[in-house]
Amino acid sequence: MSLHLRPGSVVFENITKKYGVVTAIDDVSFSIEPGHLVTLLGPSGCGKTTTLRMIAGLEHPTNGRVIIGGKDVTSLPATDRDVSMVFQSYALFPHMTVAENVGYGLSVSGLGKQETGERVEEGLELVGLAGYGQRLPSELSGGQQQRVAVARALVLEPEVLLLDEPLSNLDAKLRRKVREEIRDLQQKLGLTAVYVTHDQEEALAVSDRIIVMNRSVIAQEGTPRELYEKPASSFIADFIGDANLVEGEIVATHSPNEATVRIASLQCNLPDRGLAAGPVKIAIRPDCVLLEKASPELKGIKGNIIHATYLGNQIHYTIDSALGELFVVDYRIDRAITAGSDISMTFASRGMALLAS
Amino acid sequence: MGAEGGKFVRAAFLPWLILGWVGFAVLPWYLVEDGFWAFQWLIDGYPLDSDYAPALVQAALGNVWLFPLLLPLLAPLFIIRKTKTDPDYARVLIISGGFGFAYLLAQGFIVGISGWEYTALENLFGPMNSRQYGMGYGALLTATGFLVLFTSGLAAAGSLRGDVFVTSAIGIVIALVATFVFLPVGKVLISAFISESGTYAFAAFGENFFTRKIWGLACITTTASCGVAWNSLFLALLTGVSTTLLGLAFALVATRTDFRWKKSLRTLTVLPIITPPFVIGLALILLFGRAGTITQFVSDLLGVEPGRWLYGLPGIWLAQTLSFTPIAFLVLIGVVEGVSPSMEEASQTLGASRWNTFKRVSLPLMRPGLANAFLIGFIESMADFGNPMVLGGNYEVLSTEIFFAIVGAQNDQGRAAVLAILLLCFTLSAFFAQRVWLGKKSYTTVAGKAESGAHAGMNPLLRNICLGVTLPWAAFTLAIYGMILFGGFVISWGRDHSLTLQHYSNAFSVDWAEHGLHWEGTAWDSFWTTITISAIAAPLTAALGLLTSFLLVRQKFRGKNLFEFGTMLSFAIPGTVIGVSYILAFNVPPFELTGTGVILVLCFVFRNMPVGVRGGIAAMTQLDKSLDEASLTLGANSLTTLRRVILPLLRPAIVAALVYSFVRAITSVSAVIFLVSADHNMATSYIIGLVENGQYGIAIAYSSVLIIVMLLAIFLVQRAVGERKLRRDNRLEATSAKSKSLKEKQA
Repeated sequence: MSLHLRPGSVVFENITKKYGVVTAIDDVSFSIEPGHLVTLLGPSGCGKTTTLRMIAGLEHPTNGRVIIGGKDVTSLPATDRDVSMVFQSYALFPHMTVAENVGYGLSVSGLGKQETGERVEEGLELVGLAGYGQRLPSELSGGQQQRVAVARALVLEPEVLLLDEPLSNLDAKLRRKVREEIRDLQQKLGLTAVYVTHDQEEALAVSDRIIVMNRSVIAQEGTPRELYEKPASSFIADFIGDANLVEGEIVATHSPNEATVRIASLQCNLPDRGLAAGPVKIAIRPDCVLLEKASPELKGIKGNIIHATYLGNQIHYTIDSALGELFVVDYRIDRAITAGSDISMTFASRGMALLAS
Repeated sequence: MGAEGGKFVRAAFLPWLILGWVGFAVLPWYLVEDGFWAFQWLIDGYPLDSDYAPALVQAALGNVWLFPLLLPLLAPLFIIRKTKTDPDYARVLIISGGFGFAYLLAQGFIVGISGWEYTALENLFGPMNSRQYGMGYGALLTATGFLVLFTSGLAAAGSLRGDVFVTSAIGIVIALVATFVFLPVGKVLISAFISESGTYAFAAFGENFFTRKIWGLACITTTASCGVAWNSLFLALLTGVSTTLLGLAFALVATRTDFRWKKSLRTLTVLPIITPPFVIGLALILLFGRAGTITQFVSDLLGVEPGRWLYGLPGIWLAQTLSFTPIAFLVLIGVVEGVSPSMEEASQTLGASRWNTFKRVSLPLMRPGLANAFLIGFIESMADFGNPMVLGGNYEVLSTEIFFAIVGAQNDQGRAAVLAILLLCFTLSAFFAQRVWLGKKSYTTVAGKAESGAHAGMNPLLRNICLGVTLPWAAFTLAIYGMILFGGFVISWGRDHSLTLQHYSNAFSVDWAEHGLHWEGTAWDSFWTTITISAIAAPLTAALGLLTSFLLVRQKFRGKNLFEFGTMLSFAIPGTVIGVSYILAFNVPPFELTGTGVILVLCFVFRNMPVGVRGGIAAMTQLDKSLDEASLTLGANSLTTLRRVILPLLRPAIVAALVYSFVRAITSVSAVIFLVSADHNMATSYIIGLVENGQYGIAIAYSSVLIIVMLLAIFLVQRAVGERKLRRDNRLEATSAKSKSLKEKQA
C-alpha cells in the first residue's frame, strides 16, 4: 500500500448554519478522532448533510469554527481543504474515462502525467477495478461506479473521507456487500471517515461511533451498542431499531443503579439511568414482548391481537392492550396466534430501557 | 494549472496590475482614428504624438488629469510580498482598484472634446484648453486591470468564499452590461427630456409624447390614419392571435395525429432563424404586389385593376404571421407534448368524450403555453422592423417611425427617444407578463419522465379543422421560400420571366485580375463585413452568455435577481431602440464608437447574449450540481471546474449559442441599420437599400445566398465543436435537445 494517509481529526465548535430565517444547524459541537468512522444519522431534513457539506467546505457556517487536522479551516473553500467526498450520485464526470476521473484531482493539483498514472493504477487496484481505467463511467455497474468514486476520493490521500449516503443508489443485496467493503477499506487504511445515512441499520453496521441528529441538533452520540441499548430519548429509541414506548412508574431505586419499575400489572428491575422514583417512559423492543395465549393462570398484561402478519421467518403482531397499541415481532413461527385472539404479554428485560424524556 | 493551495497565492493580482500598466504606459490611450489593428500609429509618431501617446505621455503633454491614475497603479506594488490573508492585501486592492476604475470613468465623462462637459465645472475651475477623445485600447486595458484588482480585493476580503474567478467574472459582466445595456438605455431616457435647445425640460417630452401622430384615433371615424402607437398595438395583437392559433394547429397536427409528414413540420421551425426578417415581405411583394404573379393572374382572370392592398396592415400582418408562426409552433409543441397523457387517459376512463377531454383537460393545461406563445408573437411583431419597412406603405408603426425620426429629414433625436421609450414600455410589459406566465407554467403542465400512455386522439372535426388550416399554410410557406430561391433567377419579376444569372453575377462575380482574385460583385463588400463581424460576435456572445449562466445557476450572491434582470433586459428591447440608444450613447467620448466595426460587434453581443444565457441556464440546471462540487472537493478551483467539467458537458449548448448568435448577427436589421457606415455596411441594410430602389432581383438573390451561407455555418459549427463522448447517458442527451429547442424558442 503506497497511499500515504495522514488521518486527521474533525472538530465542530458551536456551529450554527442559517439559510435566511431557517436554522439548518443549531449550535452543534462534536469531535471525531483520527482513524474513526463516524456516522451522521438522522431523518431527512435533520441537518446531517449540511453538516457533512460544512466539513467539505461546500457550505460555510454562520457561526462557529471547523477544525480539521488541528487547523482552523472555517473560512477555507472546498478547493483548499484536504478532504475528499464520495457523493450520493457518485458525481463521476461522464465525459471522462474511469482513469481520467480518478486522476482528476491529481492532475488539477499539478502532478505530472506519469505519477498521476501510477497513482490512478494503485487507486483502482485498491477498490478492485484494475484494468477498468479506459472505460467510461456509463459502462460500469452501479457498484463499480461507486468504487470509482471512492478511488477518486482516496488517491488524493485526504485527511478525512466524506461519504454522503454512498449506498442509496444500490439495490438492497449489493448494499450489504458494499458497506462491508467500505468498512474494510477504512479500517485497512486507518482512514478518518464521516458517513451520512438515514438508514439506522447501515449506521449500526459500519460505525465506530454514531451521531444521531434531529431537528438541527445532536439528539445523541455514542457507539452503536450504546445507542441501541441506552437510548437517551424516545426519538432515539424509536429511530434506532423499532421500539414500543409505554408509560410506567419507578417504584423504588436501589444501588447499584437499579430501579424497580411497574408497567401496568407487571414489575421488573432495570438499570435506573440516573432517574428518580416517579412516572417514567419505557422503550420496549418489539422482539422482547413475549406473547402467550390468554389463560386465567397467566399473570401477564391482557391484550388482543388486531393484526397478525406472516413474514416467513417471523410474525408481526399488532396488539391492543391497556398500554396502548403495541408492535410485536415473534420468531416462533410454529406457535402462531391468530388475529382476534386474547393474549397475555410479558417483557424480556434485555430489550427494555428507561427513558429520560 | 497552478496549485491552489496556500503556497502560490502571493501576488496573484500581478498579471492584472501589469495589464493596467501596459494600458497606461504603453498602448495609445485614446481611440486611434484609422483603427488600432492597422498599426499605422506605430510609425506615425508614437509615442509622443498626442493622437497616439499612452496616458503617461498624454499627462505630461498637458492632460494632467490623467496623473492621479498613477496612484492606484503604484499602490499595489507595496503589497506584492504580502499574502492573501493579510488584511492590507484586501484593503489596498479594493481601494486602489475601486478608486482607479471610478476615477478613470469619471475623468472620461467629465472632460470631453471641448474641455469640461459640465458648465458647472467650467464655472468652478475656469475654462479648459485641453480636450480628449474617446477612450482607446490603452484605457480599456487599464480599466480592466483596475476592475480585476478591485474584485480580487473583494475576494481576498472574503466575498464569494474568496473565489477570485467568480468575483471577477461577476464584476466584469456587471461592468459590461452597465456600459452596453444600461448606459445606452439611460441615454435614451434622458434625451427624451431634452428640448431642441439642448436643455432639460419635461415640456419637450410632453410635446413629443402627446401628439396626434402617436395617439390619434382618426381612423375609427375617418379614412385618415391612426397614431403609430395604436397601429403598432393593433398589429401586434393581430399577429399574436394569428400566430398562436396557427401554432397551436400545427402543434396539434404534429403531436396528436397520424399525419404522415408531421416530422418534416419540425423543419419549419428552423426557417425563421435563418431568414432575414424582411425576406418574407419581399417574397410577398413578388406574389401579391402590383406586378406580383398572383395579382397579375387574378387581374387577367377577372379583369380587375391590380390593387395595392398588400402595402399596409394586411401585408405586414401576413408577413409577420408567416415569419412568426414557426416560433409559436415551437413554444406550443413543448406545451402540447407536456400535457401528461395519463391525465387525458384519466379523463377518458371517467367517461369524457375526446372533444370534452380536449376542451376540459388538455386545453386548460395548455393555457399558460398559449399565453406565452401569444406574448412572444406580440413582442416579435412590436420589434419587427424589416417587414413594416418593406410593406408598410402608409401604415406607420413605432419601429419604422423611430428610424425615420433619426434618419429622415427631421433628424429629431428627442422624438426618436420618446417613441423608443413607448415601444420599450410595450415590449417590457409583454415581457414581464410572459415571465409571470412562464413561472406558472411549471405548476400546471406535468412533465413526468417515466409516464407511459398515449395522448388522446383528436376529435375528427377538430382534426380536420387543424389539417385544413395547417396544410394550405405550410404549402403557402413553402411557396414563399420557393419564391425566394427562384426569384433571383428571373430577369424582372412580373415583367420578364426569362431565366438569368445576371443578378448573381452583379452581386457576386469574381474576376482574376492582375493582382490575383478580384471581388468584383457589388455585394462582396457588405458580405465579407457581415461574415467577419458575425464571426467575431458569435464566440464572444456564446462565451459571455455561458459565463453569465454559470454565475446565475451555480453561484450564490447578493443581488443575483437584479443581476439576472440586467442580463436579460436587452432581450425585451426592440432592435430599433437598441440602435437609437447606441447612436446616442456611443457617438461622443468617452465611448466613441459609431462608424466602427466594434459597435456592430458590441451590439450583436449584447442583443443576443440573453439567448446564450437562457440556453446555458437550461443546460446547466440539468447538470447535477454534485459534479461541480466533486471537482471542487478534489482540489480544482472554479475556473478549472468550469473549463474541465462544465464546458465539455455543455457542448450542445455551446453549439446552439454559437450558431444562434452567428445567424442572428447576419439576419439582424433593425439595430444594424442605425449603426452601419460606409466602411462597415452589413448585408441586410444593403439589401434593404436595394429593395428601396426596386432592385428586387439582386435583393432576392443576395437573400438566398445569405440563407445558404447560414445553413452552411450551422453545419460547420456543429462539425467543429463536435459531439460529446458519452455513451448511454440519456439524461444528458435529453439536456442537449432541450437547450437547443429552448434556444430556438427565442428566435
